[in-house]
Amino acid sequence: MKHNQTGSMACLHIILILGGAVMLIPFAWMILTAFKSATEATQIDPFVIFPKTWRTDSFTSVISKMNFFRLYLNTLLMIAGRVFFAVVTASLAGYALGRIHFKGKNLCFSLVMFQMMVPVQIFIIPQYLMVSRMGLLNTTFSLIFPGLVTAFGTFLLRQSYMALPADLEEAARLDGCSIPQTFFYIMAPLTRSGMIALGIFTALFGYKDLMWPLIANPDQNAMPLSSALAKLQGQFAANYPELMAASLLACVPMVVLYVIFQKQFIEGIATSGGKL
Amino acid sequence: MNGKKDAAAKRMQKQNFWGWVFFAPTLAGLLILNIIPIFQTIYKSFFQTGAFGRGNRFVGLENYARMFSDGQVWQSLLNTFVYTLIEVPASILIALILAAMLNRKMRGRSVYRTIYFLPMVAAPAAVAMVWRWLYNSEFGLLNHLLKLVGLGPVNWISDPNIALVSVGIVGIWSVIGYNMVLFLAGLQEIPGDYYEAAEIDGAGPVRQFLNITIPLISPTTFFVTTTRIIAAMQVFDVIYMMIDRANPALPTTQSLVYLFYKYSFIESDQGYGSAIVVLLLAIIMVLTVIQNVAQKKWVHYN
Repeated sequence: MKHNQTGSMACLHIILILGGAVMLIPFAWMILTAFKSATEATQIDPFVIFPKTWRTDSFTSVISKMNFFRLYLNTLLMIAGRVFFAVVTASLAGYALGRIHFKGKNLCFSLVMFQMMVPVQIFIIPQYLMVSRMGLLNTTFSLIFPGLVTAFGTFLLRQSYMALPADLEEAARLDGCSIPQTFFYIMAPLTRSGMIALGIFTALFGYKDLMWPLIANPDQNAMPLSSALAKLQGQFAANYPELMAASLLACVPMVVLYVIFQKQFIEGIATSGGKL
Repeated sequence: MNGKKDAAAKRMQKQNFWGWVFFAPTLAGLLILNIIPIFQTIYKSFFQTGAFGRGNRFVGLENYARMFSDGQVWQSLLNTFVYTLIEVPASILIALILAAMLNRKMRGRSVYRTIYFLPMVAAPAAVAMVWRWLYNSEFGLLNHLLKLVGLGPVNWISDPNIALVSVGIVGIWSVIGYNMVLFLAGLQEIPGDYYEAAEIDGAGPVRQFLNITIPLISPTTFFVTTTRIIAAMQVFDVIYMMIDRANPALPTTQSLVYLFYKYSFIESDQGYGSAIVVLLLAIIMVLTVIQNVAQKKWVHYN
């Protein structure tokens, strides 16, 4: 029995390691290619796995072609803006839907649920025309614009507020707290984990958003990382070490954050469930 | 007595007031960013749009008539369904098995979880580019490995017959970790006693997986399936990044959303683009209804 169990455990690890290798190989190949010369990358006889010397030319070359500092900044501002607005508006709306009795609440909730069912592409043309008419294409505002409010976040934080005990509110009311005071000082701080989950979810999917930045911020200097990579591929399709170096530079910040905060990332995604 | 009633009425008034104040930003945002745009898009689908939005002309159902006789749209609809049929079942099955394997005290559990989830935090553009490089028919790693065992070369993303499968593999690879994390959260809800009882009855791991895990995880499976189908029906990034416009496999890989993007933002035909996305909306609505009806048959809630 004991022996059998050790055997099946070993078997489990072998399967998981093989699967893990499949997950990691594309990343490894990205790294290996980024440090090769163009000749090494396109040599087939013999095929080159590891670069002979680890060159950084491709990195310096893509950094001179694309203003990476600008791309990181644009991405950061987009993410920060979307996270800020999502957490603020969804906290307020989530509290209203989860804890306040007001006329028309059911209708408001149906509106939130309805938005979540609809494919986002149906909003894109009018959103684009709005930003375009405001003359705000190619700005940080346009990158944040579709994320000013979030039906999904509202739903998520409504759940967080509903899970809080009712006596807290009652006690606050007896102590003379108004509704905004109760929300701000007592209830909102207790939904911290919900807010973190929403923040991580919003940041991750903002970082991964491709179609909207392609449409709303076509200027080289106004792009976030995702669409800048897409443009780079269009321009330098043949130079794989450079494409891989740029991909690596684009992936590193989020991967580093993920490795540091993996617990929050995974719990955030698990609790938010997500819709993408 | 009256005072008490007054106080209650006042409280209700306050609740009414603050409820609307708190919901107001989200209401305004949802109306402006989402609800009105739905109607605008539907409205637009009845117009022919000239270049740069000039010369809008009401054409009634012409865009729809054009769409239904456009072989490209039917093909892209088929491509979208095929992609969904490749990505969703495979990624869910693999993720569920992985989650069941990891749902125990074992060494390296969190390392495995971290690794499998890693593709989720990479930019899709970067993911698509590295896979495109792996798939490269001349210099790619995959064809090199095939050559070592005497096979290939395969034109992974330029052979019209297999390009969609190659794209689907990237989709599977990208979402396995995400589905797995959701399943792991769901598995934690299953009481350990069930497995202990099954063990005493002599049920092996496979029997336990089939008879306990699968039925009891069904609410999570339902949630994941529903959200994954809707997401897969909107596939765009991988196709946009991996299949060039000159690629002979483009007609058999382009999705509905790809066509929507192409017509709306490259060919400036927003009227036709709108009609295509309205079709997608209708299909997703129908799928959602079907799933909600079907769930009564196979989802076990406690």
